[in-house]
Amino acid sequence: MKTSIINKIVGTILLAGVCEIGLVGVPSMISLTRASDNPKVIEITAKKFEFTPNQITLKKGEPVILRVTTADRVHGFMSRPLKFDTDIAVGKATDVAVTPDTVGDFTVICDHYCGTGHGGMNMKIIVVE
Amino acid sequence: METKFDRRSFLRVTGTALSIGALYTVFPGLTRKAGAEGMARTLAELNGEAPAPFSFMQLSDTHVGFNGPPDPLGTKAFESAVATVNGLKNRPELVIVTGDLTHDADSPDEHAKRFKLFKEISSRIGGAQLKVVPGENDAGLDGGDMFREFMGPTHYSFDHRGVHFIALDNVSAGRPVVGAAQIAWMKADLARFPKTAPIIVFTHRPLFDLKPEWDWSTSDGDDVMNALAPYENVTVLYGHIHRENFHQDGTTKMYAARSLIFAFPDPATAKVKKPMPFDKAQPFKDLGIRRVNGDASGNDLQLEEVALATAEFSGTVGMDQMLKHGSADAQDE
Repeated sequence: MKTSIINKIVGTILLAGVCEIGLVGVPSMISLTRASDNPKVIEITAKKFEFTPNQITLKKGEPVILRVTTADRVHGFMSRPLKFDTDIAVGKATDVAVTPDTVGDFTVICDHYCGTGHGGMNMKIIVVE
Repeated sequence: METKFDRRSFLRVTGTALSIGALYTVFPGLTRKAGAEGMARTLAELNGEAPAPFSFMQLSDTHVGFNGPPDPLGTKAFESAVATVNGLKNRPELVIVTGDLTHDADSPDEHAKRFKLFKEISSRIGGAQLKVVPGENDAGLDGGDMFREFMGPTHYSFDHRGVHFIALDNVSAGRPVVGAAQIAWMKADLARFPKTAPIIVFTHRPLFDLKPEWDWSTSDGDDVMNALAPYENVTVLYGHIHRENFHQDGTTKMYAARSLIFAFPDPATAKVKKPMPFDKAQPFKDLGIRRVNGDASGNDLQLEEVALATAEFSGTVGMDQMLKHGSADAQDE
């Protein structure tokens, strides 16, 4: 029990030290810290009956912002496994924060009915390691 | 002591699912069940009519105005279904249409014409009350205004021979959602009934995540099911997916109906949601009527497939003529 507590204390001190070093002098650590604070922004445009781009690739565990705008009318933007479901309103960008936790191909659909081609309005998000 | 319905005698369906035009026989043995007398009296007091055997039919996704591809026959399957219903020996008392009565149109005038044509064709059904809910093609763009103008309210309830029917609208918000207000209305509507009352909910989209990436879901379907959960005899009928499906959530059974325009593939095996190709040799393939009959002995209901009439389209010459004349206003699905 005592050894375990000592290990935790030592581990905490070492981790704090690494973070401190990273913040002051190791680029990779700075980069990681900034990535989570300022996630990458990917712009997506919706219009009847397509998303542009219609395929993007994300990294597992890496937070991103999908900044979605519409060129014509309200659309939906939904993926059940990636845990977002929102309307894309006209005249403003809608930010969707995503941190994929599973590798795979995921379909995003417009789930706000937009006309006779609505059923085919989708895009793909590929999540890689 | 609370008297319960025998669930099997309420709406007993064998097999995996019901198809378009499924003819439901309700309460085939209820009046023979000694224990059901108390409930029958209760329901008679609640809605003015004691439970009694009756049949009804479900049609779905007639998409009036759609004329292929993939289906170049327009309203022919719908018209054939109506003729087939009229030819049944045991006529249904209700005909329920679970949405997408019309195919959407860019022009409101054209869409109105399609509603008028739906009403004209459905009016040929003799002796049955027509009950409808909207699909997204009917009500997704205008909040249901045109549907209400031609067909009436988008959600409502009624009683028929001791069964409580609830029409739910999960399309007119544009999104696949029922909404808190409508769910509150449904809870209040159900509050007067005992937990064992027979209830049939009909709606357009599935109330569960059948295939969300194909738009086959309702975002607040769980809230609807939670509101229905206290009731033991609930059946949900829906359309939208253009194919048969059976799903059970607790004691609630949910059945999807086929379309009268074209079929979608099996979501468990198909990679993309793409209409099944039109088969010239079998123009009404996957479209048809399934009749469910009970008999006086109280045995399980019998399923009977009733083919839509195809004589008009038989033979190469007849079909070629139909294809030639039937594809003038092809629409993108």
